[in-house]
Parts: sequence; C-alpha cells; structure tokens
Amino acid sequence: MSHHPLHDPFIIAGREFRSRLLVGTGKYKNFEETRHAIEASGADVVTVAVRRVNITDKNSENLLDYIDPKKYTILPNTAGCYTVEDAVRYARLARAAGVSDLVKLEVIGDERTLFPDTAGLIEAAKILIAEGFIVLPYTNDDPIVAKKLVDIGCPAVMPLAAPIGSGLGIRNPYNLKIIMETVKVPVIVDAGVGTASDAALAMEYGADAVLMNTAIAGAKDPIMMATAMRYAVDAGRLAFKAGRIPRKLYATASSSIEGML
Amino acid sequence: MKIIVNGEEQEHNIPLTVTSLLQGLDLRTEQVAVEVNLTILNRSDFPTWNLQEGDKVEILNFIGGGSSPPRHNRGGNRYESSSFA
Repeated sequence: MSHHPLHDPFIIAGREFRSRLLVGTGKYKNFEETRHAIEASGADVVTVAVRRVNITDKNSENLLDYIDPKKYTILPNTAGCYTVEDAVRYARLARAAGVSDLVKLEVIGDERTLFPDTAGLIEAAKILIAEGFIVLPYTNDDPIVAKKLVDIGCPAVMPLAAPIGSGLGIRNPYNLKIIMETVKVPVIVDAGVGTASDAALAMEYGADAVLMNTAIAGAKDPIMMATAMRYAVDAGRLAFKAGRIPRKLYATASSSIEGML
Repeated sequence: MKIIVNGEEQEHNIPLTVTSLLQGLDLRTEQVAVEVNLTILNRSDFPTWNLQEGDKVEILNFIGGGSSPPRHNRGGNRYESSSFA
C-alpha cells in the first residue's frame, strides 16, 4: 500500500508531527501577524520565550490567545540565557507556565554571534533531563557535541545553519552532514536560514526538520515567506527521499539519438 | 505589607494568596508561572500560598520568541552588522 509522498510524519520523543517546519513567534509586528504567518507555515511546533508579565498594562494581550496550545505544540525556549543556572531556571519556569516537559534549551556563549556555549549546554541538559524534561538543544554545527548531547539523553539535536537572525544560510554543510550520519535522533537545523532555498537545501542534505523565525518574521511579507518556507521544506524533503542524480562534469543526453535522420 | 512584584514594590492587605494577587492583576492562573523568592510554585498551590512581607514575586508568561535576543538589549540589535548581498 502506498502512502501519499507527503505523508511523512516527523517524530520527536514519541510525539508525531505532520510538518517538518518549526517556527518561532518573535519579531512580528503584532500577534495577528504572528498567527497568520504560523498558519501559512503549516508548522505544528512553535517556539515561545518566557518573560515577565507586563503588570502595569492590564490590557496587554497574551500570545496564547492567538496561538492555541490545543492546536500547536508550544516549545518554550531559554533564549537570552547565558549561564547554566539561568537556562535551568527559565526551563523550570517554562514548565510551570505551560503544559509539557518540552524545552528548547539555549545556553548562549557570546552576545555578538549568539553562538551556543556548548559546555554549558551539556551541563544544563544533564540537569534538566534528570528532572524529566524533554530537552531539544540548540547547538553548534559540531558533530562531537551533538553526539554528547544524544548520549546524555536528548531526543533530537538542533545544530545551527548560521548565527541566529543572520540569514547567511548553511555555512557548514559538511559538518551538518556528519552530524546527520553520526546521531540516531532527528536533526533539526535551527537558525541562520535566510530564504526558501536555504531551507530546501537543509532538507536535501537530510535534515529531519528546520526551525526558523527571523527568515519569516523579518521578510517584507512574512505570510508569503511562511508559505514559501512550507513548500521549500516539503520540496527539500521529497527531493531527499527521491534521491538526487549524481553530479557529472559533462552532459548526458536525455533524448535518444536512435531514429534520427 | 510590602511585596515586590516583577521588580515593582507594591502595598497589599494581608492575607494575600497568589491566586488573589493574580486576580487583582487580571491574570489567568493557567497562563502564568509564579516564582516566590526564587521558588517556583505549583499551580495547585496558588490558592493556598500566603505571601509574606518582603516577598519577591516574579510572574512570567510566554511571549513571542524564536531565539536569543542579546542580553542587555531587548528590543533592538546592538550590533548592526554589514549586509551581504
């Protein structure tokens, strides 16, 4: 029995998702735009940050009134955390504010690049996994670190394509490929995607999913870009599964010469 | 009594439970996390947890986010980097 080619569920820690595009909810003009862009992206998993409630403005709106947690899997992050202690604290607060044990763990090492502090990341992941968290770590494109994260119990790894928000696309495809071949868990390429071809390329390399925020939210038309990213991720995934032809230096005719005059 | 809520000093009558504090702020308990003096509370404790003079209360919820904003700079990008064409 054959399935529709797009029936290709993406599974993390026993949870099944239809879409292989995960999206962030930051940097949009307003919650209305956020909602439309997320709908257009087709994503099932959306990332959110945990911050102090604005207690002085009682009319301030709540993101979750726009992004229905019954419809989407809310993935809280520890964005903005530069120490193990902060990341662990924010993860615990996220769990207290939400409904699940999922956390996108970020321990940031440097303000200018926002590259992960991978030593801190491993340490924080160990603490949180021991507390029952499902830790999805935002990591560098380092195969050794990815392997260590899996060994301590992360059910997926999320190596960056390029610095967060840079739009530079995949800077180190070979390392990403090595990570995909090294670890037996899903690899989600996270951060650095600039446009649809970057997302398609990540999927063609064999990534299980792509996570992005700025590439969509920062586009001139975020909703149109969300749609483009949805197609790009699907196209890249299909191309990966279909198996591309090898690259050759010279031409190979695709029309037979037999029967020519 | 005086307590500090999200960094802001407030005057309240006693007794004051976490639930009544949240109600006074028009906040729905199912959408927030509450930390009192660095201890994260279970939601089921909100109705019975009595706040004490000098307590430092943090109330948090989810906001839009993808990945890290720079630490001292919520809002804008401090490092305006050059664009690549």
